[in-house]
Amino acid sequence: MGSSNWAKISTWVKSTQFYKAIFRHGYEDTPRNRALTTFSNVLYHLHPVKSRWESIKLRYTWCMGGTSLLLFIILTLTGVLLMFYYVPDVRRAYQDIKDMMAVVSYGTTFRNIHRLAAQLMVATVWIHMTRVFLTGSYKSPREFNWIIGVVLLMLTLLLSWTGYLLPWDQLALWAITVGTKMAAATPLFGVEGPFGLQLGMRPDNDVKFMLLGGTEVGQNALLRFYVLHCVVLPLMVVVFLAVHFWRVRKDGFSGPL
Amino acid sequence: MAEKSHDIFPRDPNKTYGLMELVKGTSTGVDKEPEDTIFSWPHLFYVEFLCVLIVTGLLLFASLYFGAPLEEEASRDTTPNPMKAPWYFLGLQEMLVFFDPWIAGVGLPVLIAVGLMLIPFLDVNKKGKGYYTFSERKFAITSYSFGMALWLVLIVIGVWFRGLDWNWYWPWENGHIHKPPATGLEDLPIIFARTLGIGEFAGKALSDLLVLGYFGAGLIIPALYFKEFFKKLGLIRYVTLMGLYLIMIGIPVKVGLRLVFSIKYVVMTPWFKI
Repeated sequence: MGSSNWAKISTWVKSTQFYKAIFRHGYEDTPRNRALTTFSNVLYHLHPVKSRWESIKLRYTWCMGGTSLLLFIILTLTGVLLMFYYVPDVRRAYQDIKDMMAVVSYGTTFRNIHRLAAQLMVATVWIHMTRVFLTGSYKSPREFNWIIGVVLLMLTLLLSWTGYLLPWDQLALWAITVGTKMAAATPLFGVEGPFGLQLGMRPDNDVKFMLLGGTEVGQNALLRFYVLHCVVLPLMVVVFLAVHFWRVRKDGFSGPL
Repeated sequence: MAEKSHDIFPRDPNKTYGLMELVKGTSTGVDKEPEDTIFSWPHLFYVEFLCVLIVTGLLLFASLYFGAPLEEEASRDTTPNPMKAPWYFLGLQEMLVFFDPWIAGVGLPVLIAVGLMLIPFLDVNKKGKGYYTFSERKFAITSYSFGMALWLVLIVIGVWFRGLDWNWYWPWENGHIHKPPATGLEDLPIIFARTLGIGEFAGKALSDLLVLGYFGAGLIIPALYFKEFFKKLGLIRYVTLMGLYLIMIGIPVKVGLRLVFSIKYVVMTPWFKI
């Protein structure tokens, strides 16, 4: 077929109701199309159509917030893949990881990426917070978004920590044993904490027991950490992220006036 | 009323924008020509796209070299020594040497989280918003850097200098030989009672007074010396800020007392010890 036929077909395709329902604008480099690209796409429209150059250049932003989001997405994708091969049962969890590393195609790669991204995300969230601090971007009117950010930092740490138990190896068991031992020392709500005994806390009803579903790290703890790690905490992150981004748009990017 | 709002925001089928929010006050957009801004597409997106490529690429290559660790299957029969938490919690684990678990594991993390959340409300300095500056925010940036440095130093110590029984091991020392357990730790009230020849109760009272004096002096002296600072903050902000600050400074102070004078506890009550 000649190129004129292709042009005809292309014109026809672009004129159909179906095409127009999905693609709302052309690709010619016009200011109108640049604006439409941003706000007719669900992911792009999180950004403003136009921004001040001063407030989006890399030297100012360090791109650490965006990198944290990217890592969260990578962690979600690799995490879902890992979930296909992992059963949170103390009798087989460890063997599942072994299988993942020995038998499953690219299992090692995805596990390594998941682990590395998790470590990296703790660092990038921290660096992002430092950048926001150094540019004074938490100052009015962005105070509330800073609070959301601190909550997201805590959730990041908790996500990383709950994931630590899942491989069910020595590292997992004992790191969580150390961590939850501290929960027993919670003032008021832990049996070993100040005023815990006076408030009727026992090893089988305090906050550590709630966290582990038992008095020691066992099957219930593994299941609880699994559900927290794969469902509860990621959902909470998504909710807080939504508010975080929404507030950034409402208050505008910080940057020199 | 409806008619009037139509006057302010006329309906126009060609309009490509809408009302997002009504706000009072200054914004980056006020009194700025459109020339000051650039389109997100492509200027912002290509930076983000590059970032995605670089980070994904780095992760992929790094995953070939840095394998996720997997030790022996979990077992209660053997306890690893030392038991180390993930690196980002090693600062807290390090604090376990110097404080009881309810402080190191619960109190401090809660204080850190609450303290971080309070920063926007404690920092009344209007300058230094939206650009990097040290000279206009000396106090804020010094304090934050101090906290961060403390946190990082503790992580470095936890990762590289802690070995068997959580003892200090230099990198050139044999990490497989146990060190004698730390002995000779004494509580401050008892040291007072012994050295000053006073009763145990008086020793306790003296050490309690010392701690109260630390916080009292820490609250009062800066307020007298930096009157402007105190006035600008107001009483509630000032007490909250200085309280958090004194606790932050108090951590290395307590660590120092332990390392230099072998002091275990400073405050002793029947319910908790600090």
